[in-house]
Amino acid sequence: MPDPNDMSQRAATIAVLVENEAGVLARVIGLFSGRGYNIDSLTVAPVDAEGRLSRITIVTSGTEMVIEQIKAQLDRLVPVHKVADLTLEGPHLNRELALIKVVGTGSARQEALRLADAFRARVVDATIESFVFEMTGSSEKLDAFINLMRPIGLVEVSRTGAVAIARGTASLSV
Amino acid sequence: MSAANLPAASDTQSMTGAEIVLRALKEQGVEVIFGYPGGAVLPIYDAIFQQNAIRHILVRHEQAAVHAAEGYARSTGKVGCVLVTSGPGATNAVTGLVDALMDSIPIVCLTGQVPTHLIGNDAFQEADTTGITRPATKHNYLVKRMEDLARTVHDAFYVARSGRPGPVVIDLPKDILIGKGQYSPPPTQEHRSYRPQTEPDMGQIRKAVRLLKEAKRPVVYSGGGVINAGPEASELLAKFVRMAGLPCTNTLMGLGAFPASDPQFLGMLGMHGTYEANLAMHGCDVMFNIGARFDDRVTGRLNAFAPDAVKIHADIDPSSINKNVKVEVPVVGDAASVLRAMIAVWEADEARQDREALAAWWRQIDEWRGTNCLRYVQEGSLIKPQHAVKRLYELTRETGRDTFITTEVGQHQMWAAQYFGFEKPNRWMTSGGLGTMGYGLPAAMGVQVAHPDALVIDIAGEASILMNIQEMATLAQYRLPVKVFILNNQYMGMVRQWQELLHGGRYSESYSEALPDFVKLAESFHGVGMRAEGIDDLDRVIREMIAIDRPVIVDVAVDPKENVFPMIPSGAAHNEMLLASGQISGGAGVTDEGTALV
Repeated sequence: MPDPNDMSQRAATIAVLVENEAGVLARVIGLFSGRGYNIDSLTVAPVDAEGRLSRITIVTSGTEMVIEQIKAQLDRLVPVHKVADLTLEGPHLNRELALIKVVGTGSARQEALRLADAFRARVVDATIESFVFEMTGSSEKLDAFINLMRPIGLVEVSRTGAVAIARGTASLSV
Repeated sequence: MSAANLPAASDTQSMTGAEIVLRALKEQGVEVIFGYPGGAVLPIYDAIFQQNAIRHILVRHEQAAVHAAEGYARSTGKVGCVLVTSGPGATNAVTGLVDALMDSIPIVCLTGQVPTHLIGNDAFQEADTTGITRPATKHNYLVKRMEDLARTVHDAFYVARSGRPGPVVIDLPKDILIGKGQYSPPPTQEHRSYRPQTEPDMGQIRKAVRLLKEAKRPVVYSGGGVINAGPEASELLAKFVRMAGLPCTNTLMGLGAFPASDPQFLGMLGMHGTYEANLAMHGCDVMFNIGARFDDRVTGRLNAFAPDAVKIHADIDPSSINKNVKVEVPVVGDAASVLRAMIAVWEADEARQDREALAAWWRQIDEWRGTNCLRYVQEGSLIKPQHAVKRLYELTRETGRDTFITTEVGQHQMWAAQYFGFEKPNRWMTSGGLGTMGYGLPAAMGVQVAHPDALVIDIAGEASILMNIQEMATLAQYRLPVKVFILNNQYMGMVRQWQELLHGGRYSESYSEALPDFVKLAESFHGVGMRAEGIDDLDRVIREMIAIDRPVIVDVAVDPKENVFPMIPSGAAHNEMLLASGQISGGAGVTDEGTALV
């Protein structure tokens, strides 16, 4: 039972299975903006064989009461099949992919490559003056790597936002 | 019979999109459409011309089409149907759609759209209707493929009426309406994704019953959800409240769900609710909310709302539960199903009620009732607005006719809610959530279409009525004998009241300057106009109005200085009520924080 006086915020990773139809993403985003909820990240892609279902992963934050509201509001959207609060429902995996461009020469360039190796980032493009690293991991790990790159030539970042799935046999399906 | 002659063959015949739409509407039980033609929907109008099953009511503004459909839906329990053209037709309908969304009224609104190949080209009368109406509807559709057309219409009706009802828009490009395709009947299988829970969890019902049985100071707070659940839900509510001996209050949306004349009825609650209803809410130890949503007009200051109460909240919409107010016993379900289960469990439950505590609670409530919070003094010739509504109620009651009341928005709306008693559901149509001025006249029109022989009265203010006054022409065209009863105080009364209470009496732009002559206005629209200048005219004009079988406008000159009381000022608690003007001096009870609220 959420306590309305509890103002402490928590993060929530919410997975939403939706009909893969026109406007469904706009409905979800409009719900968040219209009701003043946070979106820290959002990803979406079709996930079934026929392409009729999409899975949206939303990372949000708020008080317990707000997060309960977010789930209830999502659940009543007509094209929504299932809503799961992965943060609440037990252990889950949280992954994000980033492409990170670093420009530089000399020692900075060598340092970038060394750190990339330590973080298990792959070099997917290289010129004499630049690298593009590809990195997969938790959002925190990506943050850490990107912050290290900043002083040694970081020029551009492209991130997917988190995707997540529960550990074990439990599955979210229609 | 050879296969070619099977009756089912007609189902697979090729029809135009417009014909498919009409066939689907007919199969969904639509008898009346409220609409206004335009370029993009001409194919549907052409199909309407060539059939007799569905009647079309031509309104004079698309907003009114939606309100009329709302009046139709609220007074019948059916889905209201609207047809408007693309662009301005659709954008004009938006206010009505949001009104229906806020008050959970089932509407299907068909909007025309430019042909699919022109969508996104800024074509003539193009608007992004699904984009604009996405937050204004429960759901919306843009039909881009012929094969989706029939299914989409059936789907829209299912969505509009299921769960918590609401408005649904179907945007129909003109090429789809002209094109040929095949009709398909309503699907027999369940909806793929939208299956709202209607049957309550019995464990929660048992908890709720036990709490209410053991309560010393219980109260039932019921809302529009009971009305939406059909007339049986209202009967079950009355049965449950009476068998349990509980005090019952209704929200503005819920009036009529419990008979106003019942001794267990406390009147409406909330900002302009009765003293006894609000103090019972404030002092209760167990609250049973059925089909209401803890709206801010009802709760007042949240941290002082029913501080000692264990709260049970039954609602068909899980997102209404624990939204504003934390409750101990949430129950998700349809109001009729919940009440049926409550009655069954109550009867089977062994526990006995604390009758002594309940009797003491009733004595306390009767003491609150003794303040007679709705009293007013009618003296001299100047008509008090409260008295006008009270006489309207008494004189319509005398006729014994089935009477339906709609309202506009403002002071007159609150007086109507306070002084007109409703014994049955579906007789009271008012814009609760959105507070839409201009609602009452078109809504009354929709009610009269559904109930041609009933007495349908729009209790109006002189400011609100001008917001959809053009519908007088619709009344004339279809010979709809709607009565417009204007409480004319020459002010936007509620605005003036707030300016008096909260803004130092600076009546900024709230005076109704340059009003029309409502008698001549009625006559020019082929109706009858009457005026009550003083108390001696009042009963006579009401009686005449009721007797005339034509549209009537009655312009009642009322005291311009009268305010609506009781009043819980914004930001105040239920036990911080203003009972009369005398209490206002010094802005009692209105905090700076409250002034910032609406």
